[in-house]
Amino acid sequence: MRYDIVDEPLEIEPLIAAVRGPGAGALVTFVGYVRERADDGRPVDGLSYEAHRDLALAELRAIGTEAAQRFDGAVVAIAHRVGVLGLGEAAVAIAVGSAHRGAAFDACEYAIDELKRRVPIWKKERYVDGGERWRENA
Amino acid sequence: MTVRIVPFARIREIVGNAVLERTLAGGARARDAFAALAADFPQLAELERSTRFVRGDAFVTADTELHDGDELGLLPPFGGG
Repeated sequence: MRYDIVDEPLEIEPLIAAVRGPGAGALVTFVGYVRERADDGRPVDGLSYEAHRDLALAELRAIGTEAAQRFDGAVVAIAHRVGVLGLGEAAVAIAVGSAHRGAAFDACEYAIDELKRRVPIWKKERYVDGGERWRENA
Repeated sequence: MTVRIVPFARIREIVGNAVLERTLAGGARARDAFAALAADFPQLAELERSTRFVRGDAFVTADTELHDGDELGLLPPFGGG
């Protein structure tokens, strides 16, 4: 288990290392990147994220614990970037190790869905035309 | 009683970075602190239902009774991931 809110570029390898083990027959990763267009098609220049760091870490920890309970002891590592990100940079990374693939896929999906729903992190889109806007998860 | 209000993200942009203290009546709840702030910043009205509250390092509900000296974080809807 490993949970981070980081200012530097994200790397998936340390998360993979944190969840691998002799009992982990399956490993699933998810990485979310800054993409070039907003949901409404507007060209994006980059994103800025900020977090309530202490609360975000506590919530990530809770999500990891829940995932282990729900999905056959899956081991979860999650890192989220904060600060100013450019196109193509990773905003969130998740690695899950589990005995079998089903639990690993399920736990990974659970982790990203719950992160978007309940972890106090905020995103502002910065547009090529100069505007910017806070974006909320549905 | 006096509470210190700590705004985040979009709410912070609306109210500015200044330390925000509001004097509230005894028995005031988290929602009353938000209302006191919204009275000064009308743009906050649209966030009234969606704002979450945090006291210390834990989420609290809008119904939570506040105490003198509390620090209350105002969290607009999340956008992580």
